[in-house]
Order: sequence, then structure tokens, then C-alpha cells
Amino acid sequence: MVSTNIDDSEVGSHGPQSFLTKYVWSQDHKVIAIQYMGTATAIGLVALVLSWFMRLQIGFPDTFDFIDSSSYYQYVTMHGMIMVIYLLTAFFLGGFGNYLIPLMIGARDMVFPYLNMLSYWFYLLSVIILASSFFVPGGATGAGWTLYPPQSILEGTPGSDWGIILMLVSLIVFIIAFTMGGLNYVITVLQARTEGMTMMRMPLTIWGIFVATIMGLLAFPALFVGGIMLMFDKVLGTSFFIPAIVSMGESLEYGGGSPLLFQHLFWFFGHPEVYIVALPGFGIVSDLISIHARKNIFGYRQMVWAIVVIGALSFIVWAHHMYVSGMNPYFGFFFAVTTLIIALPTAIKVYNWVLTLWRGNIHFTLPMLFAIAFIFTFVVGGLTGLFLGNVVVDVPLSDTYFVVAHFHMVMGVAPVLVVFGAIYHWYPKATGRMMNQAMGHIHFWVTFIGTYAIFFPMHFLGFIGMPRRYFSFEGLEFIPESAYTLNAAISIAAFIVGAAQMVFLFNLFWSIRHGKPANGNPWRATSLEWQTPQTPPVHGNWGASLPVVHRWAYDYSLPGVEADFVPQNVPITEGETNEQ
Amino acid sequence: MSDRLELSDAVASGEGWQGMVSDWSADRETFKDVSWGKAMMWVFLLSDTFIFGSFLIGYMSARMSTVVPWPIPSEVFALNIGGTDFPLILIAIMTFILISSSGTMAMAVNYGYQRNRKRTAVLMFLTAALGLSFVGLQAFEWTKLIVEEGVRPWSNPMGAPQFGSIFFMITGFHGLHVSIGVIYLTVVAAKVWRGDFDRRGSYEGVEIAGLYWHFVDLVWVFIFAFFYLW
Repeated sequence: MVSTNIDDSEVGSHGPQSFLTKYVWSQDHKVIAIQYMGTATAIGLVALVLSWFMRLQIGFPDTFDFIDSSSYYQYVTMHGMIMVIYLLTAFFLGGFGNYLIPLMIGARDMVFPYLNMLSYWFYLLSVIILASSFFVPGGATGAGWTLYPPQSILEGTPGSDWGIILMLVSLIVFIIAFTMGGLNYVITVLQARTEGMTMMRMPLTIWGIFVATIMGLLAFPALFVGGIMLMFDKVLGTSFFIPAIVSMGESLEYGGGSPLLFQHLFWFFGHPEVYIVALPGFGIVSDLISIHARKNIFGYRQMVWAIVVIGALSFIVWAHHMYVSGMNPYFGFFFAVTTLIIALPTAIKVYNWVLTLWRGNIHFTLPMLFAIAFIFTFVVGGLTGLFLGNVVVDVPLSDTYFVVAHFHMVMGVAPVLVVFGAIYHWYPKATGRMMNQAMGHIHFWVTFIGTYAIFFPMHFLGFIGMPRRYFSFEGLEFIPESAYTLNAAISIAAFIVGAAQMVFLFNLFWSIRHGKPANGNPWRATSLEWQTPQTPPVHGNWGASLPVVHRWAYDYSLPGVEADFVPQNVPITEGETNEQ
Repeated sequence: MSDRLELSDAVASGEGWQGMVSDWSADRETFKDVSWGKAMMWVFLLSDTFIFGSFLIGYMSARMSTVVPWPIPSEVFALNIGGTDFPLILIAIMTFILISSSGTMAMAVNYGYQRNRKRTAVLMFLTAALGLSFVGLQAFEWTKLIVEEGVRPWSNPMGAPQFGSIFFMITGFHGLHVSIGVIYLTVVAAKVWRGDFDRRGSYEGVEIAGLYWHFVDLVWVFIFAFFYLW
């Protein structure tokens, strides 16, 4: 056996010594996870405030002096980039990935704890670089989160002096951080599972995080390369992406570059990125639904294969983001077909979630509410994805609020709902206390109904042709007066939803001291993280010896067994009928 | 040990496709007897492959879409020795050096598994030295191109400006990999020399360093084929 598990005798000898090594320079995956989550939340709050500023301008044009067209574009860009990469990717993989992988597969830590720690510090560095771009001359970049050249690096776009450079540097540092963390997650899942924990016994949470991490390791390289080339175009004056161009009345030195090349590189990363955010969400939702409906997940193997197939397919659909960029029509056909094929495994997952709920013993706990809300939001966002995946439907809808509605539903709101559900679910494991129910319910209902109030009407705005990313709609005769009223209403809903997040944050801190004390397994769940000897788990997780796994993670309400759940580390008894 | 095996046997049941899935997904380790470090190096190299793949595809796209003539690499990279122009001679020498270094690396891995401390260390130092001479020749090549031919990242007197930008970017990124490799190999070789791996009981660190080095070498073959021979 080659280094399969950390020698049990070592436990305790390399435990943390001082406050600094325990909470700051920690190599414990649980501390690193919380550092990741805290940093992601902090920068996510910045992005939330930016979205308020945008809504102030759209809902009540020309009322607020501090928002001009340049700052508006900076808000749009930074909101998008932060939410997609620095919040969601970091939260799901750096946060939940770090916290849950070793606990759920029965390992003492990640395989390379030091590298894991470095990953967090590089991530923090990338966030600091990103945040600093607000304060440089010219401000943050306003190129849109896709950073399309030529406009992203040419004069006239806000932040084209310093902002864009800092953005690219920050992305490159983030990718390095992600690679260090991602290698750890993949190898931990592949090579450090405990005795009896086969891949096909892993909770779907781990499957989602695992496949998403592999996708990240293969997709981020394209962004890395695109970022380096764009940086050279900006700093060295190369012409990778910039054709011969006249800017501000002057013909520039550039010539011969292809802006489309950047779009291909960007979306080869950008589309898998959607699923890097979605797949961990899929996995977590599967577990939440199964646990809180006291029923095994319907079609476990299908769920696993659906995750794998979605992950693979997402690498060959990227150009559906470029239907209006100019492309051979046959390519459009190809990418439309592959895009629609993804709907199949995704639909299988949705059916299986619903079938898991069917005749389940549904407990409307906070995690369950968020999981069900996820299904509602995700289905709406997924169906509009079918609209946009078709070339002929996409062309008129492209760059309208329909697109904004689509992606916020499917990869904005839906994954964030999972993040909330997962926090309510695993909070008692991380702190030993439950989160406050009353505050949680306020948070849930305002967020769920509020996000519908924000994003559902945007579909209609898109249908009447309201263009996205516009600072002002003055002079666009075709937009009816009612659209402005609707926008004002959307803005008010956005402020209310934002306020509800403050309740959540308050709850998060309040419950650490005042929450109802929880035992080690308050949800009566089967997976290994609930079977740790201590709650919260200490460094090394498992005490003297690693757990041994005898069954899959979904033995709820087994026929012939008295308890309504059987943990994974309980041996199979005589006469028990067990599929796995 | 025996009860562990029994458990795995019980788990890995089934025939055909299902049996294959069960085998690959059995407990503890997907890749049996592969250490964490080695598995991690493989996955890292897979990721790195996508980086170089993106660079090369970007290069091909630029080269195929440019309307300005692309300089002929065999002439640009010719060396005048004794009054005769030898096309690609410098690149040929560099390629030869790098491929030879893969040979010495493979020998080092072999001696490592034979627990031959001195030979392993010497061969690794030799590999690092060959890598260093590759980087040195690359520096010479860059100097010649910049000083004599007047090629810059943003311009190129011989035609398409992308020729220079891509050349410096891709060979630069590869050269960076070789330089990091030289440092990495030197560190591992020093550890071998000190006897660290004898004390640890395994020379696997040598093999992991070798994986990286062979990868850098393989990437060069593609750069050579697509940039210099095309």
C-alpha cells in the first residue's frame, strides 16, 4: 500500500500549536474552507452592492449623480466577474470542496495540505488585486465580464489604462490558486478514499465537486492563455486580437489580429465555467433532497453518469455564446445540436430529483426549502436556455434582457440558492449549533420570491427588445413607458432581496453563539461527515482510526430496518436487503 | 491486509461494462499503487497540455488568417557557418539536446529504481545541464532574432507581426517551463545525492520529476513541428 492514508499514529503530533497556525496559516482543510468562504462572501458583498448601483440607475435613471456611464459599465463588469469566478467558483470548490471532500470520503485531510493552504493565499491575493483595481487611476475595467477585445483594451472603455491589466493579473493569479486547490481535490477523491468507499458509494455532492474540478483544470487554461495574449496586446502592443483599427479618430499601430480568437478562447473556458458552478450545485441538491425527504436518491447511477456526461458535453458547446459574432452557419448548427443534447442528462437529473421527492417523507427544513427552490429556478433558467441554444431564436434575443434573465436564473440565483441551502445544512457540523429558523425563513421567502420578482419580468423586457448593458434608454422609441415602470419595480425588489441577505449574514454570526445546540448529526444523515467523533470535527477528523464504509450514502427508510437511516459506516446486517 | 482485499473483491463485482466501472471505482484508490505525488503530476500535466494546446491553436488561427506573408522559418532560423547557410541548424541542435536530455532522464529513473544513488544523481545533474544549455541556446536564438533580424513582439520586418509575437510568447512560455524544470531537477538531484530518497525508501521523486521533464520535451516536439517545420 502506497501512502493510502496518513499513518494513524501521527495524529495529534502535527496538530496546530498556536492561534496563528490554527486559524491563519492553517493547513487544516476545514479552516481553509472557511477562509475561502469568508473571502468569497466579502468580495461577493461588493458585487451585491454594485448590482444595487446598477439597479438604481436602471430603475430611476438620472436620479443619482454618482453613477455616470463609465462607472455603470464598471459596475456591470465587476459584478459579473466577481459573482461568477471570485464568489461562486471559489465558494463551491474552494469552500464546500475543501470542507466536504475529506469528510465525506473519510480522509484525514487533503493529500497535500501545504499546497492547499497556498491555494487559499493565492486566491486571497487575486481578490486583493481585483479589489485594488477600483482605486487605480481610471478605475476598474468596464469592458463587460467577457472582456472582449478590441474594446476592452482601447481608450474610451473605462479602466482601459490600469483596470484591465489588474483584472487580467488577478485572473491569472486566481487560475494558479485554483490549479493548486483543484489538483488537491481531484487526487484526494481519486486516491485517498477510506476503506470501502468506492466511487459509486460517494455522495453525489462529491461527484459534482469532483467533475467540476476536473472541468476547471481543463477549462481555465484557455482563459489563462487568452488572458496572457490580451495582456501582451495591452502592454507590449502585440496584435493577437486587435485588427487594424481606428480609435478616437486615430489609426492605431495594431493590425492583423482576430477578435474572434479571443471569443473562442474565452468561451472555451466560459461555457464549462457555467457547469463548474452548476455541477457542485446539482450534487449538493441531490443530497439535500434525499436527506430531508428521508428517501434514497432516485437513480443514483444515472445521476453520476449525468454529471459526467454534462461535464464532457459542456466542452463542445462554447460557440453558442457567439451566434451573433459571425460564424460559419454549419458551426452554428453543430453547436446548437450539442447544446440541446445537454438538455437530456440535465432533464434526467431534474426528473430524478422530483422522483426522489415523490412519496418521500418531506421535511420542510431550511435546506430542503432552498433545494426545492433551486429546482424551480433551475427549470425556468434551463428552459430559456433551450430558447437561446437555437440559432434562429437566439439572434433576435441576443443582448437583450432575456439573456440577463436566463443566466441569472440558471447560474446566478439557482447556484446561490444551493449555497444557502448547503450553509443551513452543514452549519451545525461546522459550528455545533443550528442556524436560527425564524431568520432563516424570512431569508428564504424574501430571497426566493424576490429573485423571481427581479428576474422573471426581465424575460418580457427581453421580448420587447430592451438591450442589456445599456446605461440609458433615452431615445429608444420602441420601449414603452410600462417598461420603465417595470424596471423601477425590479429595482425595488432587488433592494429588498439584498436586505434579506443582511438578515442571513446576521444569522450566520448570531447563531455561532446563540443558535440552538446541535448534536453531531442533527439531520439524521448517513454520509460520513455526520459520523465524526467530534462536532465540529477536529484536525485529523476521525480520531484514532479511519471509518470503514459498508454501504452507499442513501440508506434512508430501508425496508426491514427500524431506524429510518443507516450511516455509511454501519456494517450490513443479516437479512437486510441492500442494493449497494 | 487480507480482509481489505476481501472487501474490495466484494465491491468489485459484475462483468462487462459494469465490471469495468466497478474495478475503476473500487475503494481507496482509483489508480492502484500510484502515489499521491505521481497522480498529481499526471493531472497537472493534463491541465498544462490544455495551456499549450490553447497557445498552439491560437498560433495556428493567427497564422491561417493573416493576409501578410508569414516568414519562412527555415530561412529565418538559418545559421551562417563558414559562408554556408544551414537552415534550421540551431533548432536542430536544440531539439537534439532536449531529446537527449529525455534519454539521460530515463536512465536516471532506471538507476533510481535500482537504488543506485550516485548514478541517478549524476544523470539528473546531466539532464539539468542539458536543459540549461537548451535555455542558453534559446537565449542566443532570441538575441539573434531581436538584434540582427529586428524582430519585436509587436513588429516584424519580414512580414506578419504575429510571427514575432507568437514566437516570443510560445518559446518564452516553453523556455520558462524548461527553466523551472532545470531548477526542479537540480533540487531533486541534490536530494538524491544527499541520500534523502534512500532514507525515504523510494526513488519515486525522481520518476515524478522525470514525468515533468518528458512532458516539457514532448511539448517542444509539437512546437518544433508546428512552428519551425510548418
